[in-house]
Amino acid sequence: MAVDVEEMLRLYGLMVRIRNFELKMVEIFTARMKAGDFPGALHTYCGEEAIAVGVCGVLRPDDYVFSTHRGHGHALAKGADLNKMVAELNGRASGLSRGFGGSMHLYDPSIGFMGTTGVVGGNLPLCLGTAYASVALGGTFVTVAFFGEGAASQGSFHESVNMAAVMRWPVVYVCENNLYAATTHVAVNCPLENIADRAKGYGIPGAVVDGNDVLAVREAAVEAIERARSGCGPTLIECKTYRHHPHCMVIPEHRPPKECREWHAKDPIESFAASLMRIHATTRDTLDAIEAREVGLLEAAVKFMRESPLPDPATVGDYLWA
Amino acid sequence: MATTTYLEAIREGLWEEMERDPNVFCIGEDIAVYGGAFKVTAGFLEHFGEKRVVDTPISESAIVGAAIGAGFIGLRPVAEMQFADFITCGFDQIVNFAAKCRYRWGAGVPIVIRAPSGGGVHGGPFHSQNPEAWFAHVPGLKVLCPATAYDAKGLIKSAIRDNDPVLFFEHKALYRRIKEDLPEQEYTVPIGKAAIYRDGTDLSIITYGAMLYEASQAAGDLAAEGYSVEIVDLRTVFPLDEETVLASVRKTARAIVLHEDTLTGGIGGEVVARITEKAFEYLDAPVVRIAAPDTPVPYSSPLEQAFLPTAAKVTAKARWLLQY
Ligand SMILES: Cc1ncc(C[n+]2csc(CCOP(=O)(O)OP(=O)(O)O)c2C)c(N)n1
Repeated sequence: MAVDVEEMLRLYGLMVRIRNFELKMVEIFTARMKAGDFPGALHTYCGEEAIAVGVCGVLRPDDYVFSTHRGHGHALAKGADLNKMVAELNGRASGLSRGFGGSMHLYDPSIGFMGTTGVVGGNLPLCLGTAYASVALGGTFVTVAFFGEGAASQGSFHESVNMAAVMRWPVVYVCENNLYAATTHVAVNCPLENIADRAKGYGIPGAVVDGNDVLAVREAAVEAIERARSGCGPTLIECKTYRHHPHCMVIPEHRPPKECREWHAKDPIESFAASLMRIHATTRDTLDAIEAREVGLLEAAVKFMRESPLPDPATVGDYLWA
Repeated sequence: MATTTYLEAIREGLWEEMERDPNVFCIGEDIAVYGGAFKVTAGFLEHFGEKRVVDTPISESAIVGAAIGAGFIGLRPVAEMQFADFITCGFDQIVNFAAKCRYRWGAGVPIVIRAPSGGGVHGGPFHSQNPEAWFAHVPGLKVLCPATAYDAKGLIKSAIRDNDPVLFFEHKALYRRIKEDLPEQEYTVPIGKAAIYRDGTDLSIITYGAMLYEASQAAGDLAAEGYSVEIVDLRTVFPLDEETVLASVRKTARAIVLHEDTLTGGIGGEVVARITEKAFEYLDAPVVRIAAPDTPVPYSSPLEQAFLPTAAKVTAKARWLLQY
């Protein structure tokens, strides 16, 4: 499927947005830690941007996304407000979840973003609900569930994929295989070469794609989404990728330096920029302008956060029930 | 200078039991090669080998189930949950199998499930919970919540030697904050025995886990006002050491039950019930509970501070009680 240059630049902009967001959060969280204000865990998405953008880039606004603990990229790619994202990660009352949740509790149903999840695999059963609703309500919207290769070891993964497969519900399962679950190598989580090979056991199609190539991810997503929309049931897409940072900021780097270097060389944003310039005659100036726009938006978001109040302690008991 | 942290104390206890009994093994996520998310089992793989220090997939139900099954045939597994919050993923194996296999089949389940629990670390709703009361309600399980390094070490050793399933909640905020000098020689701490952490005559504060230190600070502040506060550290929240609690309350005639877990359905309700059932005539004032409000654990600092019980809240309530 052909993608025009304008659309490619939109995708590029989203990838840059996610990257800049994550690097800024690392900067802010590091400063807070140094100041003795421990902000909690931060799981960055740097290095995996092509997946969220490749998939969410072809979703309709009424499609749903269920995300993980490493979910900032999914939220931004689905259209989450940058200001509210920065605010939530920093516990502000103006955040997406009023500061009550933080990084792993982002939620914005108005854009079909159905939440990040601190419990690994916890999102996988949930995605069945919107998928069921699509069928029951006669809609054509689909649901995407992102998860790591580690999450595929949870019983919740098996129950979810099996049920969607049996019911032919419109789900696209997107596994982000970044080789490590926390510090544990994928070989300890799965004896197969590919997580997607498990699709066969559920009687659904599986696909393995280069998760650092946004257009390759997009192509696989288009096919799976089309299948889901037309009532043919779920697909399991596995995206091979690597994160730039250690698991989260409190766990030191443990991966082999050579492996890290090799994957850094396959950076999804740099390689997309290179191909945009080489094949699609995009100029450096065009890319720089996108970068500048994104930097401006992010700076404004940080300012918004800093000017936002912290939640009122008196509200701690609010919002428990309707 | 005190040298052993709460975390190192757990590690030492675990290490000693693995040295002592070849049937003891550890199983969990990121525990072998990496040494555990909090580094409790750092160096274990190198020393004890991969048959006894087992890295698993992210599969809490399978981890707990494997431990139970190994326990059936005499092994002594120590399963680690990376955070206590995720123990929910192994819930069925714990409450239906670990807890009930001896009663329904006569099958012993000599397992320990270690789980880092507790708030005050900006973990938000899924990395801060205190799930001890869920399990205290399940007959067949023993539930430990050590507060001191001494008890953490002595209790992990007793837990491993115990022939029934033990849930061992380690408070994350204490891991590196608490430092003590531990005895050179080997010791254990009995399961089911509370400790008098501080002697007093005017008021009993019955608590456990990280709240011990809030109680202690409150007791210090109240001492400056001329009040003598006794602190009972439950250490084991189930089975409850009723005798120690009742003896303290009979002496002081006033009691606060304090815990970090949320109020309703918490351990505090059970302690209060036992006091009013069995020491009613000794009381000079109502027994009060201080606990977190009935909400999830919020992320943002001011909210989490409002959520967690503090020494100041204890002191305020204690003054009211002392003048009752
Ligand atoms: C049920 C559960 N078990 C354990 C954890 C601790 N934990 C957080 S992230 C993580 C690794 C997840 O790996 P994966 O699913 O591959 O995602 P990735 O971090 O690689 O993106 C673990 C073990 C958790 N959050 N939830």
